Amino acid sequence: MGTYIIRRLLQMIPVILGATFLIFAMVFALPGDPLAGKCGERPCPPQYAAAFREKYNLNDPLPVQYGKYLGNLAKGDLGETYNGIKVSEQLKLRYPITAKLAVMAILFESIIGIFAGVLTGIRKGGFLDNLVLVSTLVVISIPVFVIGGLAQYFLGVKLGLFPVTVTSTDPTVYELALPAMVLGSLSLAYVTRLTRTNLTENLRADYVRTAVSKGLTRRRAIGLHAMRNSLIPVVTFIGFDFGALLGGAIVTERIFNIPGIGGYIYNSIRSRDGASVVGAVTVLVIVYLFVNLLVDLLYGLLDPRISHD
Amino acid sequence: MTEAAIAEISVTDNYEGGDVNEERSLASDAWRAMRRNPLFWVSATMITIFALMAIWPSLFTSTNPTDAILAQSRERPNANAWFGRDIQGYDIYARCVYGARASILVGVLCTLGTVLIGGIVGVMSGYQGGWLDSLMSRIGDVFFAIPLLLGAIIFLVSLPDFFNDNYFLVVLKVVLALVILGWPSLARLMRSSVIQVKPNDYVQAARALGASPNRIVRSHILPNSLAPVIVVATINLGAYIAAEATLSFLGIGLQYPAISWGIDISAALVGLRTTPHMLFFPSVFLSMAVLAFIMLGDVVRDALDPKNR
Amino acid sequence: MTTQDTKPRSKTSGSEYTYTPEDGLLLEVEDLFVEFRTRDGVATAINGVSFNLHQGESLAILGESGSGKSVTAQAIMGILDMPPAVIPNGHIRYCGQDLLSMPDEQRRLTRGPEVSMIFQDALSSLNPVFPVGWQIAEMFRTHRGMNKSDALEQAIRLMERVSIPAARDRVKAYPHQFSGGMRQRIMIAMAIALDPAVLIADEPTTALDVTVQAQIMALLQELQEERQMGLILITHDLGVVADVADRIAVMYAGRLVETATVHELYAAPAHPYTRGLLESIPRLDQKGQTLAAIGGLPPNLMRIPEGCAFNPRCRMAQDVCRTDRPPLHEVVPGRFSACHFAEEVINA
Repeated sequence: MGTYIIRRLLQMIPVILGATFLIFAMVFALPGDPLAGKCGERPCPPQYAAAFREKYNLNDPLPVQYGKYLGNLAKGDLGETYNGIKVSEQLKLRYPITAKLAVMAILFESIIGIFAGVLTGIRKGGFLDNLVLVSTLVVISIPVFVIGGLAQYFLGVKLGLFPVTVTSTDPTVYELALPAMVLGSLSLAYVTRLTRTNLTENLRADYVRTAVSKGLTRRRAIGLHAMRNSLIPVVTFIGFDFGALLGGAIVTERIFNIPGIGGYIYNSIRSRDGASVVGAVTVLVIVYLFVNLLVDLLYGLLDPRISHD
Repeated sequence: MTEAAIAEISVTDNYEGGDVNEERSLASDAWRAMRRNPLFWVSATMITIFALMAIWPSLFTSTNPTDAILAQSRERPNANAWFGRDIQGYDIYARCVYGARASILVGVLCTLGTVLIGGIVGVMSGYQGGWLDSLMSRIGDVFFAIPLLLGAIIFLVSLPDFFNDNYFLVVLKVVLALVILGWPSLARLMRSSVIQVKPNDYVQAARALGASPNRIVRSHILPNSLAPVIVVATINLGAYIAAEATLSFLGIGLQYPAISWGIDISAALVGLRTTPHMLFFPSVFLSMAVLAFIMLGDVVRDALDPKNR
Repeated sequence: MTTQDTKPRSKTSGSEYTYTPEDGLLLEVEDLFVEFRTRDGVATAINGVSFNLHQGESLAILGESGSGKSVTAQAIMGILDMPPAVIPNGHIRYCGQDLLSMPDEQRRLTRGPEVSMIFQDALSSLNPVFPVGWQIAEMFRTHRGMNKSDALEQAIRLMERVSIPAARDRVKAYPHQFSGGMRQRIMIAMAIALDPAVLIADEPTTALDVTVQAQIMALLQELQEERQMGLILITHDLGVVADVADRIAVMYAGRLVETATVHELYAAPAHPYTRGLLESIPRLDQKGQTLAAIGGLPPNLMRIPEGCAFNPRCRMAQDVCRTDRPPLHEVVPGRFSACHFAEEVINA
């Protein structure tokens, strides 16, 4: 098992390298001035431009540029905005908020999603089943920001159930409740459908028939035998879906004015602060990669059919 | 299993019922199954309407979407402007209709691009195997490391003022971003589909008869591995429309002179409390468009699924 | 062969119900009807089937796909999906008590300790995410209330009994880590764990190699003799039947068409269908001749032909066959056949 973990870790290294290279290529290697659009509406102040060129060796050939870029990344140096604010400082301030939001969203989508999926998986074809099918289809179709806007209007403005926007710099769970539900809504729909499909499929499986003929209660045959098989792909899905969550966080934080990393990225886009955008997104990508790795390992643990050698 | 018993019944049924010479190919079976599904007609109608809106917007409205009547800005829906006017005085209904073009264009072009590139790479990977496959898989892994939205943000942030005057080029910029980041997932799908088809006897037979690889791929492998790709491509069309809208919502997707539902929704958020109609109508249009394609994808999947027949 | 043992089966069972076979009669299927109600119609999968099973006896139910043999087994076990399955008529008596009218909970408790079943594909019939020892031990944990370690000890014992090498080490392994034959042994271990009186084997060797087939059948026979179980062997393979079975019941289109002892059946079948089956077995001394086959196809169970179900395919069919359904009658003492012309068939 230990070697399995180490092997996966090693396998991740080229992927991280590749991803950072891709990001680097998009930022620095595309035609056009890398400084364009990094300093707001106006051209960059000359000191910043000179320092930028110096730091990223824009006069050197591309591979050297990449090397320097990677070196900086490894040191945790994500660059500075044109006002001289260190990007990494900003991220350190903001990531707890986004983390809180993300965790709440994941809890929301898993618990309700699995619950709804199991209910409809067992009782296929009923009224509840059709209701869930239709509503999940609708939720999947409506982009997150539309759900966010509509939720903000109906639940926030009209019904007053939740605060319309977040006003404090350290939001409470209550303040983040509506944004978390919005953020998790898309994944919730997928989790429900996935659980439902897996469960109905597994309920028809031969080993469930064996369980019944062993004289086990129906509850045990479904609740233990079928469920364990059905939930494994769902758990891994929740992990892999994390990437969508990160993208959705940007949108959600914008709508609800949450001072997390997503909001930071949005504001930086608005003010054309390219350095911040790239720095923050790079961090998100690396986080995503590690979450993926964790989920992969978890999957290897849960499903004995995955070989561990 | 009882299912087998019932399946046995249907097998014998065919012998007595259908005409022996009746053509029962997968495509015709699927088409028949689709026609019987009411959701197929619903989504097909919706898609046709949106396509018409995209090609001939003047069929639906005679108002010019760029005619701003500032004096009537933020006007509620009334007889002159069915959906009211937005903050700059544009007729919202006209903007909704004209906005279809950008969305459909992006959706169609992205799907075409990813299917072409991903399909070709996937077929080569799956069929040839070997070092080409390993290389492509590694490259795909790198792309998968970057969530679609995040990657698109970086790409578009680095090309801020490129192509900003021409409608078509603005759209192309977004399409490019999404295609570059989206082709690997289709490549992976095509690859696994090809790998499942390759060991089949009819492929071996074609090989034994001396068919060239080109012919084998074209006549035997492609038609049989297309099914999952078609389903995913259809659903992805909807997803790309949503992605474009999200990027425009964040301010780095389409910009003037393009008209996009995402832009309108973004602008409408500010006036949520007082003028919800500005948010509501573009949201509905966007959701319907995405829903139509996802619904169609679901229908196609059910029609092609041998277990449902 | 059949022992007339009236000794009650005493076991340390967790259930408060006791079952005592009278004259060694374990199972009595009487006039069983099973229908499947679907949107397209009603399929009669079992159309008035009756047979008995005694202690120590092996009964083979022979038939092709769609004959209803598996459905019979599942009806006895009570694992049919109801709906769409419906049992409009008939009795299934275990030790004199009707399983069909039993309360659900009592019926459930018969599965495992009294009546047990093994299935064709052991890989899909075992749960892939639990260790095999755990799955065998589950029988003891749920039915006998044993704790985990005791139950696991029992599981190891059973695995050794069915000749799985290095059982103690392999008890934590997963189904996919075993070969096909080993997996089937694990299923057998699971099925006999609580010492059931009746064991139903639904095509246990169809998915296995010929050599492994022989081993598994030998194991089943051994266990049967050791525990004096009644064995119902469901198969379409005449070769497998010849070795193991005492009696054979041939099914066609949901009906029993013939019952006899193995020797009698092979020597002189009493029904045209059975005759057709035997004649279609390829023989080593039949070189250069076309293989005999029974023409036509099994009937659609929603539209069973009038009269004798086999009449469209029968070489000997007469008018009476197309109108009157032949009852299962005793042709010769101990042999039953559902053919109007059974005597002619026997003597042919």
